[in-house]
Amino acid sequence: MDINDLIEKLSTEFEMNVQEKLTPATSFRGMKEWSSMHALIIIALVDAEYEVTITGNDLVQMNTVQDLYDLIMSRKK
Amino acid sequence: MNASVKAISYYLPEKYITNKDLCSIFPDMEEADIFKKTGVKKRHITSDGVVGSDLAFFAAEKLFQEHSIDRTTIDFLIFCTEGLDYKGPATACTLQHRLSLPIHCGAIDLPFGCTGFTYCLSVAKALIESKQATNVLVLTSDIPSTVIHPDDADLRIIFGDAGAATLVAASEEGTTNVGNFSFGTDGSGAENLIVRRSGTRNAANADWFKEHEAVGGMKYGRMEMNALEIFTFALRVVPPMIEDILKKNNLEKNDIDLFVFHQANGFLLSVLRRKLKIEEDKFFTYMEEVGNTVSATIPIALYEAIKIGKAKKGDKILLAAFGIGYSWSGTVITL
Repeated sequence: MDINDLIEKLSTEFEMNVQEKLTPATSFRGMKEWSSMHALIIIALVDAEYEVTITGNDLVQMNTVQDLYDLIMSRKK
Repeated sequence: MNASVKAISYYLPEKYITNKDLCSIFPDMEEADIFKKTGVKKRHITSDGVVGSDLAFFAAEKLFQEHSIDRTTIDFLIFCTEGLDYKGPATACTLQHRLSLPIHCGAIDLPFGCTGFTYCLSVAKALIESKQATNVLVLTSDIPSTVIHPDDADLRIIFGDAGAATLVAASEEGTTNVGNFSFGTDGSGAENLIVRRSGTRNAANADWFKEHEAVGGMKYGRMEMNALEIFTFALRVVPPMIEDILKKNNLEKNDIDLFVFHQANGFLLSVLRRKLKIEEDKFFTYMEEVGNTVSATIPIALYEAIKIGKAKKGDKILLAAFGIGYSWSGTVITL
């Protein structure tokens, strides 16, 4: 897996249009549409696709797509 | 002797609140988003002074009528709620009298939340299979709306009030039954879903009532939920619980005709279904019209599944509940 794979999956789950293209530097909370729903979507996606558990606290501590990718890689078995 | 689920009825308060109503209260919200996030379109709300035992009473009366059940045959009553009438006497005792159940009837309260129904089933099964009772009336009823702060949109969009009545009765072996149970508890998660100032620890005081004066005092306490932690808790414990339930009943996933989970939240249920690779057709949800009614969700969903023919005589139905505690439990029932 590379970060583009994660970006593609996140974009699909977020149902984002092309204008709001995610990049590694995108800050989740900086997204115009960010809501608590997106946090749930991230937890569910990471759990299903990468079999990695992230918690609400992890999300509070991370900021960008790159941070999420790094966390997944550090926990992936 | 087997225990089996013989009949179910439920009662909803007349008053309800729609997604449109909520959007007019919280202008930042959109109807479609609320539905996407919760799977709920409507939740019924009790009126002032109508409490959990009242909803349970109406549900029980409905059960006796709808299924032509002779109330004098009831020999045990279990009342499950997070909103008891009193610290004493047991609310189950007052319900025995209101429902004109026989005086030789046993009656206990089982104050429990999301896993209340499955816990009640396990107690009913134990009573019946040990020949202590033959007809156990299980009343699961909750009024979460009374402990939600009116400004708490995240909780208001999910929860609804309801009472359910289920008759668990003795039946011949080899026919219908309530199977073996899987249980789990992790009290380290207690703070993530809790009704504060609702009991003897840190009891509500004059300052509390003053602080909440504008919204009626929050006199029954106030529910607080860390949604993200509850979400990850469910993703963590439900899959191994399902495996354990199947193992304890010597069944494979394919043997199950229908999966009925505690109706916590529509989005969470769809994530769990996908994670567990359960076909959509075998996964029953009923949240749109009622929301999360705490201990009443599973009997309400079962009632609706039976009504539309989704759950039929002889079907094996896996029930799984999880939530406040943390607590989780489940079983397989054969209708």
